[in-house]
Amino acid sequence: MAAGVSNLHGETSYRYRKFKSDSMMAITVGATILTLIPLFLVLGYLLTKGVASLNWAFFTHMPAPVGEAGGGMANAIVGTLEVVGIACLIGVPIGVGAGLYLAANRASQFTNWVRFSADVLMGVPSIVVGIFAYAVIVRPFGGFSTLAGSVALAAIMIPLVTRTTEEMVLLVPPELREASLALGVPHWRTTLSVVARTALSGITTGVILAVARVSGETAPLLFTAFGNRFWSTSLFHPINTLTVQVYTYAISPFADWQRQAWAGALVLTGIILALELGVRWVTGGAAKAPR
Amino acid sequence: MGDGRGGESAKVAMAEKLVVKNLNAYFHKNRALHDVSLSFEQDRIAAIIGPSGCGKSTLVRCLNRMHEVVPGATATGEVLLDGNNIYADGVDPVQVRRRIGMVFQKPTPFPTMSIEDNVAAGLTLNGVQISHAERHEVIERSLRQAALWEEVKDRLRRPGGSLSGGQQQRLCVARALAVQPEVLLMDEPCSALDPISTARIEELLLELKSAYTIVIVTHNMQQAARCSDMTAFMYTGDLVEYGETKQIFTNPTRRETEDYITGRFG
Repeated sequence: MAAGVSNLHGETSYRYRKFKSDSMMAITVGATILTLIPLFLVLGYLLTKGVASLNWAFFTHMPAPVGEAGGGMANAIVGTLEVVGIACLIGVPIGVGAGLYLAANRASQFTNWVRFSADVLMGVPSIVVGIFAYAVIVRPFGGFSTLAGSVALAAIMIPLVTRTTEEMVLLVPPELREASLALGVPHWRTTLSVVARTALSGITTGVILAVARVSGETAPLLFTAFGNRFWSTSLFHPINTLTVQVYTYAISPFADWQRQAWAGALVLTGIILALELGVRWVTGGAAKAPR
Repeated sequence: MGDGRGGESAKVAMAEKLVVKNLNAYFHKNRALHDVSLSFEQDRIAAIIGPSGCGKSTLVRCLNRMHEVVPGATATGEVLLDGNNIYADGVDPVQVRRRIGMVFQKPTPFPTMSIEDNVAAGLTLNGVQISHAERHEVIERSLRQAALWEEVKDRLRRPGGSLSGGQQQRLCVARALAVQPEVLLMDEPCSALDPISTARIEELLLELKSAYTIVIVTHNMQQAARCSDMTAFMYTGDLVEYGETKQIFTNPTRRETEDYITGRFG
């Protein structure tokens, strides 16, 4: 050990520094493990509980009437995809657009207000967003609906997507923007094809995180999409979603329903995982590009 | 001073490609250029030298209306490109920039694009419709002009960022040339490069001179002396002296120029 440097009177200090380095390394590795333990416990528990109740019927059948065993969550699976999908159609363009705007106009009073409101909105409990959607959509339009659920989820997504988009765009070196403008590329084209394109992998990550977040929301859907024991894909009628179905089944007194709630939770997690992997695969080129 | 007397050929009259008249540039209330007037001639290289913060970069950035891209930056005065004022009402800065290309201090290849896409970026981003063959022709011609073709011809689809710093800078030159500008502005193009890459860029400048009007900002006086025909010395926002490079470096008329060139300050 430390051959060659033994006479340089730095040996004790070297040992001390090595000790400090090793201890810090041990602490950070320990913290990482502690962070991962709950994740694996949750996933593991979910798998052991959920897999047992999963069968083909779960994906293809409708919920069984009370008292009857079996049945599935086909309508809830489709419903979750529909509600979240429409929420993305509403939320992603608005969020990305607002984020680009914020990044392009840093200094104005107006953008400061927008940024501040987005930050406040991110902290608003999701149930409050649900009540808001109930008041502005469900009540005036006379009933629970898919659209109301999607609007509630979009309202949760927008501030998240806006702020991540802004942060990611600000990471793009300003020189790139200038280089594009100097080629005679118009401002709007520069913003879209160079700045936003360079920030794309970051923006995509932000969108995925927002989608994952809203896919797991239950509270705002209780007042808006409501839930439905029957098949419906209409925008203007109540629709079933996995989260609401899991919630209903989990607090029910029936063992069969509780088992299905575990399966539903597992499927929901699987959908989110598949979504993340899918988007990463699609934007693979962008995600791998240097910085 | 410095009236077309040297020149490598006896052209009848040097065409004045770019004429600057009473140019003032501001950052908010701060005046960065004071009534600068000078002209750049066709097929010659003009170097702008001076200490940091003297307005060199601001001046070149005013020449293709890149100055105003910075928030709060404005300019007054005239810049005539072939006799037409690029600051006149109704002139589209985007059109100006297509005729006056620019290369920056730091190499700025677009990181999401391959080498060939970087070269063609000025065309594709401007929505120019060209055939596959034409596109390839533009890419090869531009890369050859930028003396980069031999080094990258086998890996045109690799990311632009995979090249070395000097190659990236030549890629940026190729990208600027691909849109066939008439004037090429270079804002300290070698300051981030090692001496060998710097030498490559300087050789390149001399090759390009016959086809373009080139204005180069440089910190490096040897560089100005080596590759420019005309030299402008700027100090605190004023154009102190402008003339034939040989005259500026051997027999400057102004005291400040002499002090700067001999290293007494700056």
